[in-house]
Parts: sequence; C-alpha cells; structure tokens
Amino acid sequence: MPEPLGDPERNLAWAPVGSPADLAGALDRVGYLPDEGIATAAFLALRLGRPLFCEGEPGTGKTSLAVALAAALDVPLIRLQCHEGIDFTQALYDWDFPRQLLHLRALEAASDTLDADTAERSLYSRRFLLARPLLRALEESPCVLLVDEVDRADDEFEAFLLEVLGENAVTVPELGEVRATVPPLVVLTSNRTREVHDALKRRCLYHWLEHPALAREVAILRRRLPGLSAELAGQVAGAVRRLREVELLKPPGVAESIDWAQALGVLGRSELDAESAAMTLGAVLKYREDAQRVVAAGLDRILAG
Amino acid sequence: MEASDPVTGLVGFAAALRAAGLPCDAHRVQAYLGAVREVDLTEPSQLYWAGRLTLCAEPDDLPRYDDAFAAWFSAAPPRRARPAPDRLPKPATMAALTEVTAGDEGTDRPETDELRVAASSREVLRHRDISSLTAAEREHLRLLFATLRLDPPLRRSRRTRPSHTGRLDVPKVLRAMRSAGGEPVRLAHRDRGSRPRRVVLLVDVSGSMTPYADALLRFAHAVTRAAPASTEVFTVGTRLTRLTRQLRHRDPVEALTAAARAVPDYAGGTRLGETLRAFLDRWGQRGTARRAVVVLFSDGWERGDPSLLGEQMARLARLAHAVLWVNPHAGRAGYAPVQSGIAVALPHVDRLLAGHSLATLEELLREVRRA
Repeated sequence: MPEPLGDPERNLAWAPVGSPADLAGALDRVGYLPDEGIATAAFLALRLGRPLFCEGEPGTGKTSLAVALAAALDVPLIRLQCHEGIDFTQALYDWDFPRQLLHLRALEAASDTLDADTAERSLYSRRFLLARPLLRALEESPCVLLVDEVDRADDEFEAFLLEVLGENAVTVPELGEVRATVPPLVVLTSNRTREVHDALKRRCLYHWLEHPALAREVAILRRRLPGLSAELAGQVAGAVRRLREVELLKPPGVAESIDWAQALGVLGRSELDAESAAMTLGAVLKYREDAQRVVAAGLDRILAG
Repeated sequence: MEASDPVTGLVGFAAALRAAGLPCDAHRVQAYLGAVREVDLTEPSQLYWAGRLTLCAEPDDLPRYDDAFAAWFSAAPPRRARPAPDRLPKPATMAALTEVTAGDEGTDRPETDELRVAASSREVLRHRDISSLTAAEREHLRLLFATLRLDPPLRRSRRTRPSHTGRLDVPKVLRAMRSAGGEPVRLAHRDRGSRPRRVVLLVDVSGSMTPYADALLRFAHAVTRAAPASTEVFTVGTRLTRLTRQLRHRDPVEALTAAARAVPDYAGGTRLGETLRAFLDRWGQRGTARRAVVVLFSDGWERGDPSLLGEQMARLARLAHAVLWVNPHAGRAGYAPVQSGIAVALPHVDRLLAGHSLATLEELLREVRRA
C-alpha cells in the first residue's frame, strides 16, 4: 500500500483503508503503534462513519491517536478543546462584528444613496464569518476532528454537538447550509470527570484505551526516542509497568515513561539504577505522596521487579 | 432452526448482554450488525472488537462483555483486560436480590403491626428511627419520601446568561448598533448564572447498616431523580458499586430491584478505607468528587485498617467542596464518635449528622443545600 493513504479525490478519501491491519500499518508509519483494538476502532469509525469515543487513563494516547490518524490519512487535524461554558460562538461560528461595523461605516462614507438591501447582503457574506473548529471541520472535510475532553463541556453543549455530528451539517441563518461532502472522522476524548450523556455515546463507537503491553511500550519508547538503547527502553518500560501495579494516586502513563526515558537520556545515563531513578523520579511521579510511597517501598524493588 | 442466519445469533448475543445490564438499545445493535459486516470474521478477535466497540458504553461494561462473549461464542476474548484493583463482580446474584426484596416486603415482621400504623401520625413517623419501624410503617414512610424538598445545591457557572448587571455583552450591543445604523442605542450585559452542584452519595451497605440500607437507597433514588445529571450514587462495603445508572430509573421499585441486582456485597463486611480508595482512584480524583458535596452514610465500624480510612478521608476532603458524614447512630442519646473508623475520619469531615429518621434526612438535605 503506497503512503499516504489519503486520496486527493475527496469522495474517495477513506476508500483505500481496506482493513484494520492496513490502518495499523499507516499509523505505524507515522510513529503511532496501535494495538488491534485501537486499529479496529479507528477502522470501523471510518467505515461506518461514526464518531469514535475514546476513554481511558490519562496518558494512554487518546489525543495522540487523533493526531496520528490525521497524519496517517494525510488530512488536516482540527481540534476543539472543550471547557465549561463553551458555546456555539466558540465551537461553530461567529460573526466578525467589528469588521462588519467598519464595513458599514465605509459603505456610508462611500455613497450617499445607500441601498439598504445591498448593504445588508454585503454585511452577511462569508468574509465576515469566523469559522470555529466545528464549521471548519465541515468545510474542510475530509479531515480529522478532535473534540478533546468533551467531559469538560456542559450538557447544553453536548446536545448541540450531538446535533452537528448527527447531521454533518449546520445552518447559518444568514448564509444557508454548510454540509460536509465527506463526513469528517470525529474522535472524542473523555477523562470521565463527568459522565457524558448516553444519547451522545450511543451514536459513537466506544473504545476504552489501556496502558500498552510491555513489548508495545518498549517499541513506543524506541520509536519516539530514536537514540534510546534497547536495554534502557526495556528497563524504563518494566519499571513503569511495576509502578502501575503499586497503589498510586496517579499511575504513570505512556507520556510519563517517554519523559522518564528522555530525562535519563539528557543526564547521559545508559542504565536505570536506584541513583538515576531517584534523580529523575519527578518525571514519572507527579504527586508527593506517590514519590514517598515508592521510595518507602524501595526503589530497588521497583527497578528489579 | 434459524441457526443458519447469523443475524439471529448476533441479535441474541446483544439481548444476552442487555440482560447482563449493558445498554444495548436498538441503535447500538444496528451499529453492531454494521460493524460485523465490516470486519474479517475469520479472526475471532475481530468479532470481539466489533461488539465491544459498539455495545459497551463504559469501562464497567467491559468485564461483563468479556464474560458474555466467552459464554456465547465459546471463544476466549483475545486479550483479557488486566483485572482492575476493584474489578466489578458478576451481576445478578439471586441472594442479593431476595435479601432486599425481603426487606422491602418486611416479611420478617409480624403482620399485626399493621394496626399500629393508624396510631402513628405522620409527625411522629418523621422522627422515628427507621430501623425500629414495622413493615407497614415503612410502607407509609416511603410515601412521605415524596414530601422531601430535593432541590440540589447550586454553584456559580462559567456559562454566562443575559443579565442586567455584569460584563458588557459586546456582540449583542454591536448587533443592536448594526440595526441602528451604527449608533450604540442600548447596552446589554451578561453575567454568570448558577448550575446544580454535584452531589455524591456513598452508602455503606455492610451488615451493621442493613436496617437503614433500604431507606437510604430509596432516599438516594429520590435525590437522583430530582437532579439526575448532577447526582452520583455509590455503595461502599467490601467493594465499590456505582448505582447512578440504576437509580435514574423513574419507578422506585424497578430502580431498587436493579440496584439490588448490581450490589454484590449487600449486608457484608466493612472495608471503608479500601472502597473509599477505589472510589477516589476510579472516580473521585478524576472529577466526580471535585467541587462536589460528598455525603457518606456509614456507622463507621471499620474492619480494615483505620489509618487507611483516615488517609483516604483526607484525600477526599482535599478534593470535595464539602464532606458530610451521616451516621444513623449519631442521633441516639449518649452517642460518641469513638468507633475506629469515624474517629480517624472526623478531622476531615465538615459536618457529622444523624440520618436515622425522615426528619434528620430533611435536615441533611438542608445542610447539602447550604454547603
């Protein structure tokens, strides 16, 4: 299969992805190593035209999946970061009021006999419309639309999101309907700070991401940090794995193991021993209680397994 | 025999999952059939993923899906999820179901008690200890639950609303200017509104709390129904069980039956510290307890390590807006908080309240609103 997978002909944009294995290969080539579950989830999301709802521990690669999918399919990534109080002027579109006013004043100055209809039409033209992520995704599709941390938005926004995703179209009253020729590939992520309404979930494919298996984590580390030796990658991945089994407030994710390996690299260490681990523990444990607990339990035991 | 049609088998599998408590509605089953069409069925793991991606809705569903998949297709799930520290047990044990129904019906109480109901007026009933009520009085009390004032506590929202005060609503002013030919004729403002604050109820269902468990779950149901989006209910005991989904059911009988089916450790032991840690790890720290009013119903008889409970209560107090401990025994004369569990927890609790009667539960609701 030649890369990239994206087709310049929009209507065929998703067609070349024939199987989950194809997609896994494409993701692999852009530096994201998926397991079978992730590859199948993304494949089905493409083929069934459904949004993919990703949940999982922090640091299991939910957001980077969307980034990697965009790279693998060679389409733009459009990101909508959710927060409480987000509304449609931040998510969908807004009118550029100051420019509209300037335009109005300019029209007044330019001609004494201002035709009201023409003036109004020129005010509500596309050039005064500020496209926010959702509208951009519909206009620029095929693309990957990442709706990040949807649990941080509130229920009102969820209902609105549901409507846009269900229709793959929005209506701007002054301009008319904007419809995506190819539905964008939508990836929603949630950290479960709040339960997302079932009406939204059931329109999506649901995938729970887990920490990668040991071999895959070693592969991820070596892929992300090309200078990393196989032994050090194995040591870091093994230690992180054992840390996840200790009762910690915040078990380290893949992002933390990458940070840890990187920190060791910057210090010029070629081996993870008790001394280098103690120096770099802050890269992998982010709570004082966790660090204390691990030190009390004995760093050697975590490192030795 | 329709075994030749694969759709029948797949729909049957979805029905089995629904019986196991998964949210397999028609929409999801349709997605499932679509997904099965797309994947390569010669690989058993692809069949597994097609179902897991379309029929599950939360991590608690996954072990149940794995079990059902193994039973239905006689094939092992490709990669069994590593059991979480507090993995949800299999649902629907008959024992738990009958235990609560027995409490419901009060078959253990002599029926002659019926006569006393007429005598016990509503006002007296409000103040009676729930554990000392007869079956008929309990029935009557249930009706009184409808009189509780349940409005949730409020917090300031980040979402703004049109208002007479607050920040200038520039887009609205500009819109008005546009129609007035560019003159600012009227100023408009927006201000932050208020939203329901999250309430988390943690109900201890261990053996020593059995006389109150049914009433407390009914109370939890009433609170959940009043503000379904901002209420979370868990039972603690020897394990953590989330009951929010079950208690959102409109009908109290159905909701409580579903809840009974979900709770595996009804009238079991108490390991408050451990279950509280499970709650904080899996839910609380992520956000469920953050800025919430957390109410813990327990008598504080901790059989596990009290220092662990103290540690976890401190953690909870740092996350939550307010922590209220409701102890049914706290209303009794001569009560002193000396039980191992409550003694270590008390420094991290905002209020210790009684919760043995309807009147004290009313008081609790007032405290929750005020918190």
